[in-house]
Amino acid sequence: MMDGPRKVACVEIGGIPIALTTSDDDFLNLLRQRYDGFLVSSRSEFELEFDLVPVGSTSDEDVRVRREGDGWLIERGDFRARWDPRTGRGRVRQNANPYSLDSVLRILHTLILAERGGFLLHAASAICHGRAYLFAGVSGAGKTTITRLAPADVTLLSDEISYLRPQAGGYSAFGTPFAGELARSGENCCAAVSALFFLEQGPSNRVDELSSAEAVRRLLRNTLFFAEDHDLVDRLFATACDFVDTVPVRRLTFYPDARVWDEIRNWQGVPQHA
Amino acid sequence: MPENCIYIARSSAIAARALAGEMMVMNSADSTFFTLNEVATAIFQAADGHTPLRDIVRDRVCGQFEVDLEQAQADAEQFVTELSSHGILIMSNEPMASETP
Repeated sequence: MMDGPRKVACVEIGGIPIALTTSDDDFLNLLRQRYDGFLVSSRSEFELEFDLVPVGSTSDEDVRVRREGDGWLIERGDFRARWDPRTGRGRVRQNANPYSLDSVLRILHTLILAERGGFLLHAASAICHGRAYLFAGVSGAGKTTITRLAPADVTLLSDEISYLRPQAGGYSAFGTPFAGELARSGENCCAAVSALFFLEQGPSNRVDELSSAEAVRRLLRNTLFFAEDHDLVDRLFATACDFVDTVPVRRLTFYPDARVWDEIRNWQGVPQHA
Repeated sequence: MPENCIYIARSSAIAARALAGEMMVMNSADSTFFTLNEVATAIFQAADGHTPLRDIVRDRVCGQFEVDLEQAQADAEQFVTELSSHGILIMSNEPMASETP
Protein backbone atom coordinates (compact mmCIF):
# COMPACT_ATOMS: atom_id res chain seq x y z
CA MET A 1 0.00 0.00 0.00
CA MET A 2 1.35 3.45 -0.84
CA ASP A 3 1.65 6.12 1.80
CA GLY A 4 -0.28 9.33 1.28
CA PRO A 5 1.51 12.63 0.81
CA ARG A 6 3.70 13.67 3.70
CA LYS A 7 2.60 16.58 5.83
CA VAL A 8 4.84 18.70 7.97
CA ALA A 9 4.85 20.19 11.44
CA CYS A 10 7.95 22.30 11.99
CA VAL A 11 8.86 22.35 15.67
CA GLU A 12 11.43 24.86 16.91
CA ILE A 13 12.94 24.18 20.33
CA GLY A 14 16.00 26.08 21.49
CA GLY A 15 16.09 28.04 18.24
CA ILE A 16 16.57 24.83 16.23
CA PRO A 17 13.69 24.20 13.80
CA ILE A 18 13.09 20.54 12.94
CA ALA A 19 10.50 19.52 10.34
CA LEU A 20 8.55 16.47 11.52
CA THR A 21 6.87 14.77 8.58
CA THR A 22 4.22 12.08 8.48
CA SER A 23 1.60 10.78 6.10
CA ASP A 24 -0.78 10.05 8.98
CA ASP A 25 -3.30 12.84 9.65
CA ASP A 26 -4.03 11.73 13.21
CA PHE A 27 -0.33 11.68 14.07
CA LEU A 28 0.10 15.10 12.49
CA ASN A 29 -2.68 16.42 14.73
CA LEU A 30 -0.97 14.83 17.72
CA LEU A 31 2.29 16.57 16.77
CA ARG A 32 0.55 19.91 16.41
CA GLN A 33 -1.26 19.61 19.73
CA ARG A 34 1.74 18.36 21.65
CA TYR A 35 4.10 21.04 20.41
CA ASP A 36 1.61 23.87 20.23
CA GLY A 37 3.52 27.03 21.07
CA PHE A 38 6.69 25.64 19.46
CA LEU A 39 5.37 25.35 15.90
CA VAL A 40 6.92 27.66 13.34
CA SER A 41 6.39 28.27 9.65
CA SER A 42 10.04 29.15 8.99
CA ARG A 43 12.37 26.99 6.97
CA SER A 44 13.55 23.97 8.96
CA GLU A 45 17.20 23.24 9.66
CA PHE A 46 16.62 19.49 10.01
CA GLU A 47 14.01 16.94 8.98
CA LEU A 48 12.68 13.86 10.69
CA GLU A 49 10.33 11.50 8.86
CA PHE A 50 8.00 9.35 10.94
CA ASP A 51 6.86 5.93 9.75
CA LEU A 52 4.20 4.60 12.06
CA VAL A 53 4.04 0.97 13.09
CA PRO A 54 1.12 -0.77 14.80
CA VAL A 55 0.66 -0.42 18.55
CA GLY A 56 2.00 -3.49 20.34
CA SER A 57 5.16 -3.88 18.29
CA THR A 58 7.35 -2.70 21.18
CA SER A 59 9.70 -4.20 23.77
CA ASP A 60 11.29 -3.07 27.05
CA GLU A 61 14.76 -2.52 25.59
CA ASP A 62 16.69 0.42 27.04
CA VAL A 63 17.74 3.27 24.83
CA ARG A 64 20.98 2.93 22.83
CA VAL A 65 22.50 5.68 20.72
CA ARG A 66 25.49 4.68 18.65
CA ARG A 67 27.27 5.56 15.47
CA GLU A 68 26.44 3.54 12.37
CA GLY A 69 28.58 4.56 9.42
CA ASP A 70 28.40 8.34 9.12
CA GLY A 71 25.14 8.51 11.00
CA TRP A 72 23.52 7.58 14.28
CA LEU A 73 21.31 4.66 15.18
CA ILE A 74 18.91 5.49 18.00
CA GLU A 75 17.02 2.55 19.40
CA ARG A 76 14.71 1.79 22.25
CA GLY A 77 12.05 -0.86 22.66
CA ASP A 78 9.38 1.49 21.34
CA PHE A 79 11.25 3.19 18.48
CA ARG A 80 14.12 2.91 16.06
CA ALA A 81 15.60 5.93 14.33
CA ARG A 82 18.45 6.69 11.98
CA TRP A 83 19.95 10.14 11.85
CA ASP A 84 22.46 11.50 9.38
CA PRO A 85 24.08 14.66 10.76
CA ARG A 86 25.67 15.45 7.39
CA THR A 87 22.35 15.80 5.59
CA GLY A 88 20.38 16.82 8.68
CA ARG A 89 17.77 14.18 7.90
CA GLY A 90 16.51 11.20 9.79
CA ARG A 91 13.83 8.54 9.80
CA VAL A 92 11.90 7.16 12.77
CA ARG A 93 9.85 3.99 13.10
CA GLN A 94 7.53 4.08 16.09
CA ASN A 95 3.87 3.77 16.94
CA ALA A 96 1.79 6.88 17.59
CA ASN A 97 2.82 7.03 21.26
CA PRO A 98 3.57 10.68 22.19
CA TYR A 99 6.14 9.63 24.81
CA SER A 100 8.18 7.86 22.14
CA LEU A 101 7.95 11.01 20.06
CA ASP A 102 9.21 13.16 22.95
CA SER A 103 12.08 10.76 23.58
CA VAL A 104 13.22 10.75 19.97
CA LEU A 105 13.15 14.54 19.85
CA ARG A 106 15.06 14.88 23.11
CA ILE A 107 17.76 12.48 21.99
CA LEU A 108 18.07 14.19 18.64
CA HIS A 109 18.46 17.54 20.36
CA THR A 110 21.18 16.12 22.65
CA LEU A 111 23.13 15.07 19.55
CA ILE A 112 22.68 18.40 17.79
CA LEU A 113 23.45 20.39 20.93
CA ALA A 114 26.56 18.40 21.82
CA GLU A 115 28.14 19.54 18.56
CA ARG A 116 27.25 23.16 19.39
CA GLY A 117 28.39 23.26 23.00
CA GLY A 118 24.90 23.00 24.45
CA PHE A 119 23.07 20.33 26.42
CA LEU A 120 19.80 19.24 27.97
CA LEU A 121 19.71 19.25 31.73
CA HIS A 122 17.36 17.33 33.99
CA ALA A 123 16.26 20.53 35.71
CA ALA A 124 13.40 22.96 36.01
CA SER A 125 14.04 26.44 34.66
CA ALA A 126 12.30 29.77 34.84
CA ILE A 127 12.83 33.43 33.98
CA CYS A 128 12.67 35.96 36.80
CA HIS A 129 13.35 39.66 36.13
CA GLY A 130 14.76 38.84 32.71
CA ARG A 131 17.28 36.27 33.96
CA ALA A 132 16.98 32.49 33.78
CA TYR A 133 17.46 30.25 36.82
CA LEU A 134 17.92 26.49 36.70
CA PHE A 135 16.83 24.10 39.45
CA ALA A 136 18.29 20.61 39.32
CA GLY A 137 18.25 17.75 41.74
CA VAL A 138 17.45 14.13 42.25
CA SER A 139 13.87 13.02 41.88
CA GLY A 140 11.91 14.45 44.81
CA ALA A 141 14.42 17.24 45.52
CA GLY A 142 11.81 19.85 44.63
CA LYS A 143 11.98 20.77 40.94
CA THR A 144 8.24 20.67 40.50
CA THR A 145 7.66 22.18 43.96
CA ILE A 146 9.79 25.22 43.24
CA THR A 147 8.04 25.86 39.94
CA ARG A 148 4.66 25.54 41.65
CA LEU A 149 5.75 28.12 44.23
CA ALA A 150 6.86 30.63 41.58
CA PRO A 151 5.12 34.03 41.68
CA ALA A 152 2.93 35.09 38.78
CA ASP A 153 5.63 37.24 37.18
CA VAL A 154 7.98 34.28 36.79
CA THR A 155 7.97 32.61 33.36
CA LEU A 156 8.25 28.82 33.37
CA LEU A 157 10.66 27.41 30.80
CA SER A 158 10.34 23.79 31.93
CA ASP A 159 9.60 21.85 35.09
CA GLU A 160 11.61 18.85 33.84
CA ILE A 161 14.10 19.34 30.99
CA SER A 162 16.08 22.54 30.58
CA TYR A 163 17.56 23.48 27.24
CA LEU A 164 20.94 25.23 27.33
CA ARG A 165 23.06 26.80 24.61
CA PRO A 166 26.18 28.94 24.78
CA GLN A 167 25.44 32.52 23.80
CA ALA A 168 27.19 35.87 24.22
CA GLY A 169 29.88 34.76 26.64
CA GLY A 170 27.47 32.80 28.82
CA TYR A 171 24.61 30.36 28.43
CA SER A 172 20.97 30.87 27.56
CA ALA A 173 18.07 28.74 28.72
CA PHE A 174 15.21 28.07 26.33
CA GLY A 175 11.68 26.92 27.04
CA THR A 176 10.79 23.36 26.10
CA PRO A 177 7.54 21.49 25.56
CA PHE A 178 8.92 18.57 27.58
CA ALA A 179 6.78 18.58 30.71
CA GLY A 180 7.24 16.77 33.99
CA GLU A 181 4.78 16.39 36.86
CA LEU A 182 3.21 19.77 36.13
CA ALA A 183 2.08 18.36 32.78
CA ARG A 184 2.46 21.87 31.44
CA SER A 185 4.60 22.95 28.52
CA GLY A 186 7.18 25.67 29.13
CA GLU A 187 6.96 29.07 27.47
CA ASN A 188 8.72 29.39 24.14
CA CYS A 189 11.21 32.07 25.10
CA CYS A 190 14.76 32.34 26.39
CA ALA A 191 17.03 34.32 28.70
CA ALA A 192 20.63 34.40 29.84
CA VAL A 193 21.29 31.98 32.69
CA SER A 194 21.99 33.68 36.01
CA ALA A 195 22.57 30.57 38.13
CA LEU A 196 22.14 26.84 38.41
CA PHE A 197 20.89 25.70 41.80
CA PHE A 198 21.05 22.11 42.99
CA LEU A 199 18.02 21.69 45.21
CA GLU A 200 17.67 20.21 48.65
CA GLN A 201 14.74 20.71 50.96
CA GLY A 202 15.43 21.85 54.52
CA PRO A 203 14.09 23.87 57.47
CA SER A 204 15.08 27.26 56.01
CA ASN A 205 16.33 28.90 52.83
CA ARG A 206 20.04 29.24 52.18
CA VAL A 207 22.50 29.25 49.28
CA ASP A 208 25.88 27.51 49.61
CA GLU A 209 28.98 27.36 47.47
CA LEU A 210 29.97 24.18 45.62
CA SER A 211 33.52 23.41 44.57
CA SER A 212 34.12 23.41 40.82
CA ALA A 213 34.68 19.67 40.82
CA GLU A 214 31.48 19.03 42.72
CA ALA A 215 29.60 21.39 40.39
CA VAL A 216 30.92 19.56 37.30
CA ARG A 217 30.19 16.18 38.87
CA ARG A 218 26.59 17.14 39.67
CA LEU A 219 26.10 18.79 36.30
CA LEU A 220 27.24 15.70 34.40
CA ARG A 221 25.07 13.48 36.58
CA ASN A 222 22.00 15.50 35.56
CA THR A 223 22.84 15.96 31.89
CA LEU A 224 20.77 14.03 29.37
CA PHE A 225 23.18 12.22 27.15
CA PHE A 226 22.87 8.81 25.57
CA ALA A 227 25.46 8.53 22.80
CA GLU A 228 28.11 5.83 23.07
CA ASP A 229 30.77 7.99 21.49
CA HIS A 230 34.16 9.02 22.84
CA ASP A 231 34.41 12.32 20.93
CA LEU A 232 30.97 13.49 21.95
CA VAL A 233 31.56 12.54 25.59
CA ASP A 234 34.78 14.57 25.45
CA ARG A 235 32.85 17.54 24.14
CA LEU A 236 30.20 17.17 26.79
CA PHE A 237 32.86 17.14 29.51
CA ALA A 238 34.44 20.29 28.06
CA THR A 239 31.01 21.91 27.89
CA ALA A 240 30.27 21.01 31.52
CA CYS A 241 33.61 22.53 32.61
CA ASP A 242 32.95 25.64 30.54
CA PHE A 243 29.47 26.01 31.98
CA VAL A 244 30.78 25.75 35.56
CA ASP A 245 33.49 28.25 34.72
CA THR A 246 30.92 30.69 33.36
CA VAL A 247 27.72 30.26 35.35
CA PRO A 248 27.43 30.30 39.16
CA VAL A 249 26.47 26.83 40.40
CA ARG A 250 25.22 26.63 43.97
CA ARG A 251 23.33 24.42 46.39
CA LEU A 252 19.94 25.88 47.30
CA THR A 253 18.44 24.46 50.46
CA PHE A 254 14.85 25.58 50.67
CA TYR A 255 11.77 25.34 52.82
CA PRO A 256 8.86 24.70 50.48
CA ASP A 257 6.92 27.91 50.67
CA ALA A 258 6.80 31.03 48.49
CA ARG A 259 9.63 32.79 50.40
CA VAL A 260 12.21 30.74 48.52
CA TRP A 261 11.60 33.00 45.55
CA ASP A 262 12.63 36.02 47.66
CA GLU A 263 15.91 34.21 48.25
CA ILE A 264 16.29 33.61 44.50
CA ARG A 265 15.38 37.20 43.55
CA ASN A 266 17.77 38.65 46.11
CA TRP A 267 20.63 36.32 45.38
CA GLN A 268 23.52 37.96 43.57
CA GLY A 269 25.90 35.45 42.13
CA VAL A 270 29.45 35.79 40.96
CA PRO A 271 30.87 33.20 38.59
CA GLN A 272 33.66 32.01 40.88
CA HIS A 273 33.56 28.80 42.82
CA ALA A 274 34.96 27.76 46.13
CA MET B 1 55.93 -4.41 38.67
CA PRO B 2 59.35 -3.23 40.01
CA GLU B 3 59.31 0.40 41.03
CA ASN B 4 62.44 1.32 39.09
CA CYS B 5 60.98 0.62 35.65
CA ILE B 6 57.48 2.01 35.76
CA TYR B 7 56.47 4.21 32.86
CA ILE B 8 53.07 5.87 32.77
CA ALA B 9 51.03 7.41 29.96
CA ARG B 10 47.64 9.05 29.86
CA SER B 11 44.94 6.96 28.21
CA SER B 12 43.33 8.21 25.01
CA ALA B 13 39.92 7.36 26.50
CA ILE B 14 40.00 10.25 28.93
CA ALA B 15 39.17 13.93 28.96
CA ALA B 16 40.89 16.20 31.45
CA ARG B 17 40.60 19.83 32.39
CA ALA B 18 41.93 22.07 35.13
CA LEU B 19 39.32 24.31 36.70
CA ALA B 20 39.79 26.65 39.67
CA GLY B 21 43.03 24.89 40.57
CA GLU B 22 41.57 21.39 40.42
CA MET B 23 42.31 18.81 37.72
CA MET B 24 39.20 16.94 36.69
CA VAL B 25 39.50 13.76 34.68
CA MET B 26 36.72 11.79 33.07
CA ASN B 27 36.95 8.38 31.50
CA SER B 28 34.72 8.77 28.47
CA ALA B 29 34.35 5.02 28.10
CA ASP B 30 32.30 4.69 31.27
CA SER B 31 31.85 8.36 32.31
CA THR B 32 33.64 7.83 35.64
CA PHE B 33 34.88 11.11 37.04
CA PHE B 34 37.90 11.90 39.22
CA THR B 35 39.34 14.98 40.86
CA LEU B 36 43.10 15.04 41.36
CA ASN B 37 44.94 16.85 44.13
CA GLU B 38 48.06 18.94 43.42
CA VAL B 39 50.54 16.09 43.72
CA ALA B 40 48.40 13.74 41.65
CA THR B 41 47.98 16.47 39.04
CA ALA B 42 51.75 16.93 38.79
CA ILE B 43 52.21 13.20 38.18
CA PHE B 44 49.28 13.03 35.76
CA GLN B 45 50.59 15.96 33.70
CA ALA B 46 54.06 14.42 33.52
CA ALA B 47 52.75 11.03 32.35
CA ASP B 48 54.32 11.17 28.89
CA GLY B 49 55.04 7.45 28.52
CA HIS B 50 58.82 7.78 28.44
CA THR B 51 59.80 9.47 31.69
CA PRO B 52 60.26 6.86 34.46
CA LEU B 53 57.89 7.31 37.38
CA ARG B 54 60.82 7.62 39.79
CA ASP B 55 62.10 10.63 37.79
CA ILE B 56 58.66 12.20 37.79
CA VAL B 57 58.41 11.76 41.55
CA ARG B 58 61.92 13.16 42.09
CA ASP B 59 61.54 16.17 39.76
CA ARG B 60 57.85 17.00 39.85
CA VAL B 61 56.84 15.88 43.33
CA CYS B 62 59.86 16.12 45.63
CA GLY B 63 61.09 19.13 43.64
CA GLN B 64 57.86 21.06 44.20
CA PHE B 65 56.35 19.64 47.36
CA GLU B 66 58.31 19.07 50.53
CA VAL B 67 57.94 15.31 50.77
CA ASP B 68 60.28 12.40 51.45
CA LEU B 69 61.37 10.64 48.23
CA GLU B 70 60.74 7.12 49.49
CA GLN B 71 57.29 7.94 50.83
CA ALA B 72 56.43 9.96 47.71
CA GLN B 73 57.48 7.05 45.48
CA ALA B 74 55.30 4.60 47.43
CA ASP B 75 52.32 6.98 47.32
CA ALA B 76 52.86 7.59 43.60
CA GLU B 77 52.92 3.87 42.82
CA GLN B 78 49.68 3.40 44.73
CA PHE B 79 48.11 6.36 42.93
CA VAL B 80 49.12 5.30 39.41
CA THR B 81 48.00 1.74 40.08
CA GLU B 82 44.59 2.99 41.11
CA LEU B 83 44.22 5.31 38.13
CA SER B 84 45.41 2.51 35.89
CA SER B 85 42.67 0.26 37.24
CA HIS B 86 40.15 2.92 36.19
CA GLY B 87 41.60 3.26 32.68
CA ILE B 88 42.96 6.77 33.28
CA LEU B 89 46.66 5.90 33.13
CA ILE B 90 48.51 3.12 31.36
CA MET B 91 51.44 1.48 33.16
CA SER B 92 54.32 -0.33 31.51
CA ASN B 93 57.82 -1.64 32.19
CA GLU B 94 58.92 -0.18 28.87
CA PRO B 95 58.80 3.38 27.53
CA MET B 96 55.72 3.95 25.40
CA ALA B 97 54.09 6.67 23.36
CA SER B 98 51.53 8.69 25.30
CA GLU B 99 48.06 8.09 23.85
CA THR B 100 47.13 11.73 24.24
CA PRO B 101 48.65 14.58 22.24
